[in-house]
Amino acid sequence: MSEESGIDIYRRRFLSGSATAAAGMAIVPGVFLHEIGHAKPAADPVTSDVRWGMLIDSNKCAEGCNDCVKACNDEHGLTGHDRPATDAQWIRKVKLKDKQTGHTQTLPLLCQHCEHPPCVDVCPTGASFKRHDGIVLVDKHICIGCRYCMMACPYKARSFVHETLQDQLPHAPRGKGTVESCTFCVHRVDNDGTPACVEACSAENHNAMVFGDLNDTSSEISKQLRQHSTSQIRADLQLNTGVRYRGI
Amino acid sequence: MKQVDYREIEGGLPFYMLVGAIGVFVLAALGAAYYMEHNGHWVTGMSNQVIWGTPHVFAVFLIVAASGALNVASISSVFGKTAYKPLARLSGLLAITLLVGGLAVLVLDLGRPDRLIVAMTYYNFKSIFAWNIMLYTGFMAVVGVYLWMMMERKMNTFTRAAGMTAFIWRLTLTTGTGSIFGFLVARQAFDAAIMAPMFIIMSFSFGLAIFILVLMALYKWADRPLGDAIVFRLKNLLGVFVAAVLYFVIAYHLTNLYGTENHGVERFILLDGGIYTQLFWIVQIGIGSLLPLALLYGPGGKSRLWISIACLLTIIGGLAQIYIIIIGGQAYPMEMFPGKEVSSSFFDGVVASYTPSLPEFVLGFGGVAIALAATVVGTRVLRFLPVSLADDQVDPHHSATDAA
Repeated sequence: MSEESGIDIYRRRFLSGSATAAAGMAIVPGVFLHEIGHAKPAADPVTSDVRWGMLIDSNKCAEGCNDCVKACNDEHGLTGHDRPATDAQWIRKVKLKDKQTGHTQTLPLLCQHCEHPPCVDVCPTGASFKRHDGIVLVDKHICIGCRYCMMACPYKARSFVHETLQDQLPHAPRGKGTVESCTFCVHRVDNDGTPACVEACSAENHNAMVFGDLNDTSSEISKQLRQHSTSQIRADLQLNTGVRYRGI
Repeated sequence: MKQVDYREIEGGLPFYMLVGAIGVFVLAALGAAYYMEHNGHWVTGMSNQVIWGTPHVFAVFLIVAASGALNVASISSVFGKTAYKPLARLSGLLAITLLVGGLAVLVLDLGRPDRLIVAMTYYNFKSIFAWNIMLYTGFMAVVGVYLWMMMERKMNTFTRAAGMTAFIWRLTLTTGTGSIFGFLVARQAFDAAIMAPMFIIMSFSFGLAIFILVLMALYKWADRPLGDAIVFRLKNLLGVFVAAVLYFVIAYHLTNLYGTENHGVERFILLDGGIYTQLFWIVQIGIGSLLPLALLYGPGGKSRLWISIACLLTIIGGLAQIYIIIIGGQAYPMEMFPGKEVSSSFFDGVVASYTPSLPEFVLGFGGVAIALAATVVGTRVLRFLPVSLADDQVDPHHSATDAA
């Protein structure tokens, strides 16, 4: 009897183990495929099925931490010339102090990837453009360097390349005499990656930045946006920014 | 009215010396543009904070003045004041040359001036800049046709129609120029509908000031008679325009002052903005508006010297006004976080500093030089200037019967 029951237990374990394994075999590829469902083959056009966005929690943004800025500079080869007035800054740390209460906080400020970007409206040649997935970019081949987009951007998010460039990175082409700004690390996003700034923020365990698809209701960013009260900078302009903030 | 006799100005050594002297400024400007493009814009005073600098001040001034310079012709063709008719050709010529000078500065300051052809072939029709590219090139064509109608006797019957078209076009053009700033929602000092009409009235004033100066200089140079009748008419009109600009400036600031959200930027321009406040009160209002009014309408108003000085001061005041609008408007920090003190490595929350560099000034003056050189050469090769503008040639009372 005891021998039989031992066999039964063994059988039972074996069967349930097999069933779990089989179920796992069946589900995992689905989960996996679902995950890479975001990545599109390079030949396919960008669609408006996704809208990339970012949620920044200013409460988690550590004062004195500059990791997102450093990561961006490294990622795009923004080396600078120690001339802060003319060196490019695609993302910067901004410190806010309430004039009434004295409460201070910091947050990273970058291109807000607006749904209705003023930079795109004013660009005479169409060099400033918005992809269907919401990423606002500059086509460096047709930018004439008039800087009207920089006049129009309410976030001061754009930089003009004031210098001769050297040692450019292949995935982040720049152009002297043209305007540039945060690309949401489009070269990473198109390959299913996350922007360098977000990665750096997570690496430090600050997790103040979440990147994802605003159109996907099950994405982490959508969940957080649903749960918490968030705001847009200069919401009065009704630009429907892709970058949202908590805690301001 | 007597038949007006138009003649080219004399050639010879003095003419070439004049063109050569102006040409030096044009060459210097080309050198400055090359220097800025070769090194990149970091060698200028411009930065990621003050994006448009002195070249834009000159460019916008010249473009605004260009449309205003056409007014004299419009008064003759559209409003039937025949006393202005002998001046209409010069008015049309100056309108084109000033525009060319302004556009040259604008293009040479681009980050990629070599891509001018891109600006001509790629259009984003939502951009006011793109509209302006068409308005500017169209203006030159329309005024060119207008001049042809005026200068070709067989075509004279079409002068009024062409003049009307040019008049409407120039109003549209200056509306477009003012809207470059009027449409900018991002910055506190811009984003105001009054920009468009204010730029129109500014064009009346700056354009006429330049017209009077060029007219007097050319007639002195060519040693042709220029009577008081026409000069006094023009200077009285200039006074009206200077006062009208002042009115618009007051309306703009009063409207802004009423809303609390604009108190910061108004305080900056009117009270504690350092150089911008000084430029506003001393140069734009004092030297550039009130003093010319006193000179034009006061006892000195009969003197050619004082009239010239008044015109010059109006121009200086106009440049200061555009400097304050463009550069002052950028120097004041953008209001992104109301109620907060803002600081960053990117000059957020602080007044941006800007010191114009020499190459920027040289490029700006080069635009003026291009306009003047083209005007002088134009009057040499074609019949723009009447042989005489003496009082007996220009009957100011003729318009009443003509208009009736």
